[in-house]
Amino acid sequence: MSVAFLIEQLLNGVQFGVMLFLMAAGLTLVFGVMGLINLAHGSLFMLGAFFCSWIAEISGSFWLGLGGGFLAAAAAGALIEIAVIRRLYDRDHLDQVLATFALILIFSEVVRWVFGDQPLYLDIPPLLSGALPLPGGGGYPVYRMAIIFAGLVTALGLYLLIAKTRLGMRIRAGESDREMIGALGVDIRTLYTAVFALGAALAGLAGGLVGALQSVQVGMGEPVLILAFVVIVIGGIGSVKGALVGSVLVGLTDTLGRVFLPQAFKLLLPASEAATVGSALASVAIYLLMAVVLAWRPKGLFPVNA
Amino acid sequence: MSTAAIRALPRETLVNAVLALALLAAPLIAQMLDEPFYVSLATRVAILALAGVGLNLALGYGGMVSFGHAAFFGLGGYVAGITALHAFEGSDFMTWPWSVGGSDQLLVVWSVAAVVVALVALAIGAISLRTSGVYFIMITLAFAQMIYYLAISLPTYGGEDGLSIYLRNQLPLGDSNDPLTFFFVCYGLLLAALFLSARLVAAPFGVALQCARMNETRLATSGIAPFPVKLTAFVISAVITGIAGALFADLNGFVGPSMLSWHRSGEIMIFVILGGVGRLFAPLAGAALFILLESLIGGMTDRWQLFLGIMLLAVVLFARGGLIGLLAGKVRHD
Amino acid sequence: MTEALLELKGLSKAFGALKASDAVDLTLMPGEIHALIGPNGAGKSTLIAQVAGWLHSDAGEVHLLGRNVSHWSVAARAGLGLGRSFQVSSLASEFSALGNVLLALQAREGGAFRFWSPLRGNARLRDEAMAVLARVGLEDRAELPVASLSHGERRLLEVALALAIQPKLLLLDEPMAGLGPEGTRNLTAFLRGLKEEAAILLVEHDMDAVFALADRISVLVYGRVIASGPPEEIRQSAAVREAYLGDSLC
Repeated sequence: MSVAFLIEQLLNGVQFGVMLFLMAAGLTLVFGVMGLINLAHGSLFMLGAFFCSWIAEISGSFWLGLGGGFLAAAAAGALIEIAVIRRLYDRDHLDQVLATFALILIFSEVVRWVFGDQPLYLDIPPLLSGALPLPGGGGYPVYRMAIIFAGLVTALGLYLLIAKTRLGMRIRAGESDREMIGALGVDIRTLYTAVFALGAALAGLAGGLVGALQSVQVGMGEPVLILAFVVIVIGGIGSVKGALVGSVLVGLTDTLGRVFLPQAFKLLLPASEAATVGSALASVAIYLLMAVVLAWRPKGLFPVNA
Repeated sequence: MSTAAIRALPRETLVNAVLALALLAAPLIAQMLDEPFYVSLATRVAILALAGVGLNLALGYGGMVSFGHAAFFGLGGYVAGITALHAFEGSDFMTWPWSVGGSDQLLVVWSVAAVVVALVALAIGAISLRTSGVYFIMITLAFAQMIYYLAISLPTYGGEDGLSIYLRNQLPLGDSNDPLTFFFVCYGLLLAALFLSARLVAAPFGVALQCARMNETRLATSGIAPFPVKLTAFVISAVITGIAGALFADLNGFVGPSMLSWHRSGEIMIFVILGGVGRLFAPLAGAALFILLESLIGGMTDRWQLFLGIMLLAVVLFARGGLIGLLAGKVRHD
Repeated sequence: MTEALLELKGLSKAFGALKASDAVDLTLMPGEIHALIGPNGAGKSTLIAQVAGWLHSDAGEVHLLGRNVSHWSVAARAGLGLGRSFQVSSLASEFSALGNVLLALQAREGGAFRFWSPLRGNARLRDEAMAVLARVGLEDRAELPVASLSHGERRLLEVALALAIQPKLLLLDEPMAGLGPEGTRNLTAFLRGLKEEAAILLVEHDMDAVFALADRISVLVYGRVIASGPPEEIRQSAAVREAYLGDSLC
């Protein structure tokens, strides 16, 4: 096993993790500030991907598409926040789960209606095609590298937003004391809509970025949504830092597990059985990671309101 | 019973009785009219209602919002499929340390399903119930997803394609291949599960379970530790849903990862909600309504899911009591 | 010498830098009402939570009826005979008053792991539950949902629930809160009659009630017991006056 291969797999893991972070950040913010569990977050991811490929196709520009996907998801987020989500803040989690599950069904069917049943494809922009040389030979796709970069920039931006700006101050105040911030005269409804739209936009961005790596189709947001849940459960629900750490942990565990577990079992078992057992174990590795973290710290690695 | 005596019954009891009789009458009438499709539809209602009865125990009475009951439903289905496969092939499930073969007997399948599901539910519950609220929802969802991916990654049992059950598992008396007989089996199990739920809920166990939903502090202060009560209820709930899964696989002659998918978990939850949370017969009312609308609207348009989404949203936002709430009024307290 | 029902030995709990309870020693003897007083933030709630088992102590031991229960759960301590009421009513909100009492009785009657016979079908238990309600004068309200009881009635129900487990000792956290003068008078009389049946560790802000009821008073300030003794002694203690009574009574 070469060094280049190892580096490549590590980078794949980080790239996957960074993409999960874009999803998990929105989920965890919305939970931290509004106390809402939003299953439809995966639908916003899907919307971002669809609008990105659609706009890229008619305009011929990936970058217009990416911007369009980002804005479309933000707009859809703001829209459902005003129409549905804000009625759910005072409801119990069961109602939130059911209503946002209903939104998934609605979004999926509407997207299928509008865009048809055929998957869309999005090309990697020329600027980001090609590969970067890796030490020890071989190369790594520039586009994946760019996703890592975009994710880290977003994480930094989010940190600055929350730590340094007025909006961030209000978000933090809203997390610790919802009534207080209302009493201080902050327009809480607008704040909530803004936070929700921000989370939606990040999901849309993730969808657009991933759209060039896989086919864009209805239902693509759901596996990612559940992984994002695993991430924020591991990181501590409500903690953006936890989401970042959890994302990278999950991304690395999943990617490296799929590569190395079947090989590791070859040391113990005949080749065919090793592949089966190894890949079965790899497919559940992140859930086992979650179980271990929870057994150790039931509120996640970075518990909020400990 | 005289009309006066019937009038004296609580309205919910009447609604429940009408629901149970309607489900019994539907396939009999369908059989007379030679419409076998509706016999199978009624069987589906009975099985999915049974799955809902399981979930209702955890969710409606215990307040444990499990978003992972498809795991138990699907596991039950896979037990039926795997035992049938080995019986069909005459092969062994395992050879070491003991030789264990397949079986084509429903009673064996149900027992194995119950044990397997109980063990898995015990493990999932023991970890998930250390947390609560939104953590519990996400963790049950994640564990169900884990089992889903596990099923996909096992080529021996069909992987993504699932397993066909070529010969429906057999009953000691009666022919399970006869649609009406199979309906009666499912219906009987549904009634048994409803009866069991009713007893459990009124017994000290159920009272403690409901108190755990309302106020765990009160329960612990009374000298009853909440965790074992909730875990036991979670396991019983899972086993009921698992048996429903075994029946579902036998009804369809097929089990696949879709039985384990999180949409299935959402669907079982929808039965309970459509029927009305915290009502004994909610899963029956909900499953019947769901299946009826699905076959009615699904026959007219491809957009059934859109309709379902809008309906579910409307029920959650505006009609908390569900169907039974609509028919029988508010929940009676005791 | 009779054995203490409750004995705290060097009980401590810190939240970060804040020492909420700091090496607290305290006993509760049979037939006694021992009041725990102190200004807001003195650590009374923390101490109660440590005794009842909601909080794990950083150091020290809790002995209940001569047994070290420091690592026991809330439910296990209740099962040994520790009854308690809460500062803010904590009831099973969808049950009736009777339903709440039946729940409290069932722990003693074989626990929660009985799956078949309806709890309400047990006539003997029901009679006993009605008798408990009658003791606090709520027998006419038995079938009402808890949500429709008045504030005062809910406070009384709390006391009834604590009594229902046939406690050896009671932990009452501000039972008089929000009761009004007449309610306070009635409850004071009731508690005085109760202490032979179950000793009481009483946390209370109403000083008239405390001095009327308590056989002993301990004063908690910044997590430490600064004085402990009979009411007269506490009334005259210079340390207490300075630390506590000074700004609340004068």
